[in-house]
Amino acid sequence: MTAQDDGIPILQVGEGALIQPPDLEAFRAFNRAKTKALVDKLTDERDAIDRFVADGDYVGFELYGTVRCPMGLTRALIRAGRRRLRIAGQGVHEADLLLAAGMVTDIDFTYIGQEVYGVSDCVRRALESGAVGEVVEWSNAALSWRFKAAAMGVPFLPTRTLLGTDTLRRSAAKVIACPFTGIPLALLPALVLDVGFIHVHRADRFGNCQIDGISGFAVEMARASRRLLISAEEIVETDAIRRQPDRTLIPYYLVDAVVHHPFGSWPGEMGGRYERDTEHYRMFLEWQRTAEGAERYLADWVHAVPDHAALLEKVGPEHLAALRLDRPEGAAR
Amino acid sequence: MNDRPYSASELLICLASRLMDDRTTAFIGTGIPMLAASLAQNRHAPDLVPVFEFGGTGAILEKLPLAVGDMRTYHRAIAASGICDIMETAQRGFIEYGFLGGAQIDRYGNLNSTSIGDVRRPKVRLPGSGGANDVGSLCWRTIAILHHDRRRFVDTVDFVTTPGFLTGPGAREAAGLPRDTGPYRVVTNLAILGFDEVTRRMKLLSLNPGVTVQQVIDNTGFELLLADPIGHNDPPTAEELALLRERIDPDGLYR
Repeated sequence: MTAQDDGIPILQVGEGALIQPPDLEAFRAFNRAKTKALVDKLTDERDAIDRFVADGDYVGFELYGTVRCPMGLTRALIRAGRRRLRIAGQGVHEADLLLAAGMVTDIDFTYIGQEVYGVSDCVRRALESGAVGEVVEWSNAALSWRFKAAAMGVPFLPTRTLLGTDTLRRSAAKVIACPFTGIPLALLPALVLDVGFIHVHRADRFGNCQIDGISGFAVEMARASRRLLISAEEIVETDAIRRQPDRTLIPYYLVDAVVHHPFGSWPGEMGGRYERDTEHYRMFLEWQRTAEGAERYLADWVHAVPDHAALLEKVGPEHLAALRLDRPEGAAR
Repeated sequence: MNDRPYSASELLICLASRLMDDRTTAFIGTGIPMLAASLAQNRHAPDLVPVFEFGGTGAILEKLPLAVGDMRTYHRAIAASGICDIMETAQRGFIEYGFLGGAQIDRYGNLNSTSIGDVRRPKVRLPGSGGANDVGSLCWRTIAILHHDRRRFVDTVDFVTTPGFLTGPGAREAAGLPRDTGPYRVVTNLAILGFDEVTRRMKLLSLNPGVTVQQVIDNTGFELLLADPIGHNDPPTAEELALLRERIDPDGLYR
């Protein structure tokens, strides 16, 4: 048998749209053009959004809604009024706000809920009314592996998840018979983000980033993003990074802007630093039961405050102090 | 069940907990599985290794996590990695049990957590797969925990989010899912159910205290196989209830 007449059979094609088709040559060219110099990228949230996020962009957020999530940058994005965004929905609170603000046209969906609190009404209103265009189903592993494929610089990864289900049928995956073993494999297309948003524990002004605790999908998503916006609890000297280089998950050359956002995950938690603001979160969940309530939330807690620093003032230093975990800086975890 | 000294949730937690073996790995999702894993660690399975999808392996569950990525999922853990590591570990065959929930289940253990009605214009949009499809695809034995009624135990699920035995014997293997994996138990407020080795159909194994076979049949929207004999599940013990109420969930989030 020759290679020519031994084509790999495609067994199934997911009927979901490929919202962001992978173009690895373009990704390589884009990455080549990014500066490899150590340049100061520290800026404010407005400047970061203005310069690096455009209407129609495909964007992604890490980790998710209530856990180490760049909520400060999410609110800045809403204030900036970006429109027609396409998003990867491994999301919770951040996706709620973007959907409530009517900024999303298409979603690569895996989970948008509130875990113990169920599905948010923001999501239900947006999806049950048909306000969102393409809703393509995936699993958490599938979306993470799509980022991983992009991070590897290959157009797809073969995996053993999704197979046999409606989740696969409504995805944009393809199933082939493995050319080595013959078993069916789900091929997941690489997902290259126009813009990735990640909140980290510490970064230097060049964009070298360290995260404490679990890293979610930060490693893969950072490397799958054409442009990468970082918010950090703490801006440190590069020496602090160089003392523990093994802790650097995101090297500077991936990063386009660094924003200093203490409590940047609020009302979510930040491992080792502060707890989730359960009181505020419950208030949000209560308000967003109606479309009017969700609008009122956006008006009061996003648009009425000019930036993250003003938001922290509004939340109140005492309220925030109560969320802090009493762990001395640098203590053994 | 108001006359009983425990709630329906407490019963589910205790039943699920007893299914968690010591010295093995279990993929833990939000809610009842977290309480069950904590109860197991505090009782019969101190070396149970809970695995959480966003990177926590082997946490000691002293405080109840509220989210599968929160800091309690790696409290005094063995490792804090990321989702790709965890999912690849499952794909390599290292994770024995997977615990799942869902809005609907059918006779083959297929689970729906995506939508009620047509997914393109859902009557009710549910949260979506999250890690559920991966757990049901890649762990060796999956255990579903559901409230038992005819809206949930249905003839045909509206959407197969997570694979059970799909359309029956051999279907998982034909689809390419790893060999010898699939649904193992279904834990409900009425009973514990399993799956027939040959037909892969759901089978009533044992009844919860005070529940009759007829009650289980009446609350199931498809024909159930019946084990012979059908066993009886012990109610929560005083020890289990004390651990749950005093140590694991003192705020009563799940009571």
